[in-house]
Amino acid sequence: MSQEPATSPFPAIAAEQLVKTYNGRRVVDRLSFTVNAGEIFAFLGPNGAGKTTTIKMLTTLLPPDEGRILINGVDSALNPMEARRHFGVVFQDCTLDPAMTVQENLWMHCAFYRIPRPERPARIDHVLALFGVTDRRNSLVSTLSGGLKRRIEIARALLHRPALIFLDEPTLGLDPQSRRVLWDHLKELQSRHGTTIFLTSHYLDEVERYAQTVAVIKNGQIVTQGAVSMIIDKARHNSLEESFLSLTAEDGSTA
Amino acid sequence: MIDVLFCLWLRQVRGFLRARGRVVSAFAQPFIFLVALGLGFAPVFRKAGEGDYFTFLAPGVIGAGILFNAIYSGADLLWDRQFGFIKETLVSPVSRHWILLGRALGVASVALIQALVVGMTCLVLSATWPGLGQCLTIFVFALLVALLFAFFGSILGSVMSDAQSFSQIVNFTVTPIFYLSGAVFPLEGQSSLIRGLAFCNPLTYGIDGMRGGLSGHYIIAPSVSFIILAFSTLVTACIAQYAFSRIRP
Repeated sequence: MSQEPATSPFPAIAAEQLVKTYNGRRVVDRLSFTVNAGEIFAFLGPNGAGKTTTIKMLTTLLPPDEGRILINGVDSALNPMEARRHFGVVFQDCTLDPAMTVQENLWMHCAFYRIPRPERPARIDHVLALFGVTDRRNSLVSTLSGGLKRRIEIARALLHRPALIFLDEPTLGLDPQSRRVLWDHLKELQSRHGTTIFLTSHYLDEVERYAQTVAVIKNGQIVTQGAVSMIIDKARHNSLEESFLSLTAEDGSTA
Repeated sequence: MIDVLFCLWLRQVRGFLRARGRVVSAFAQPFIFLVALGLGFAPVFRKAGEGDYFTFLAPGVIGAGILFNAIYSGADLLWDRQFGFIKETLVSPVSRHWILLGRALGVASVALIQALVVGMTCLVLSATWPGLGQCLTIFVFALLVALLFAFFGSILGSVMSDAQSFSQIVNFTVTPIFYLSGAVFPLEGQSSLIRGLAFCNPLTYGIDGMRGGLSGHYIIAPSVSFIILAFSTLVTACIAQYAFSRIRP
């Protein structure tokens, strides 16, 4: 990939005092965090903690009621189109069009991001090769397995060479082999191309192994944030999973 | 942006052509209308001195095909909202106006392809051969009807959240639009209530424009029909843009 490592002077994400309220309930409550360029950042929390709402705000799908989001220094409320050029997104549910082939889906993404037509075949070839799915180029998406779809979605998210990608539960529902392949690709993306990876996951063993920084959210607020080892030490546990359980335990319960 | 519009247009057309069930039902439905209404009413129509019923019915069947096809395309949008593809478009650096316009053009094109096939069949059955000018008039009105109801389908697809009730609500909406448009019976001689309701229905102006283009007999002046239909399309497009801009996946 001809993509250069991230050299932006800005943090990949700066979220400042984000608030989102649904039907009188504050789902995200004064949330602030920073994701440094080039790191794998895991955003963890129990179901209903506000992770998905936060990702929707970060990816401009939802406007925050209060607060500010800077993506590579670009204010996503003031200039959403410019902010969107800086990131790629892989949602938890597949967003490929099942009635189109892999190549057609990728071509459409290129059009959305105004990649010049002469460049598109080479870019598509490159990302397909990067994720080892070149031979599925002409397959209809509806005929692919979950693991292949996920790899193609990540490949698609990289077509416009973003400095940051959001991955919402990237390995959910994948078998161990597919998960391993996916993580190998993600590590390579980070180490060779400096891509910042923001992810959510319930597989905490994977997060402990691959992420550099973790933020834990509960009831719309960050309860802890920092390096994986620091969070484990701080919670005085032996693993991230145990630390996570103790940090997110409801009052009165023992994790 | 032309590239984005083209890709979204192509997606709708490709999606239609690849779904064999949709292709079959899209072409079968107008033929059922033709056979059921055409064969049943033609002798009565002729006896009443109203001329050839197939010639009369052709614009109505074309209009019905466009109406049903375009409005039901709202289900595609609902499907995209529920199963993800819409998110890919909404996080891309493309304005929602263009996304909706690309979809609507695709839906309108699919409806026009269907209308073309059905129209040709009707003309063969009625042994009527319109000239280029007539074809152009019919095409302009068919295009406006297709765009109008493509945007209308987008409104339904944007505001509704329940796929199961979509078809019920669409049936409830489409049936009066179709039957109160002069598609299957002439509006002349109808009660003032029926005529009043029909003239509130934008499809009436499309059907009358197409029928007049074919036969030369207009109930409403074609320029008036064109202006009303164009204005209705514009208003519906604006409402569709507003509804689409409010989508929160």
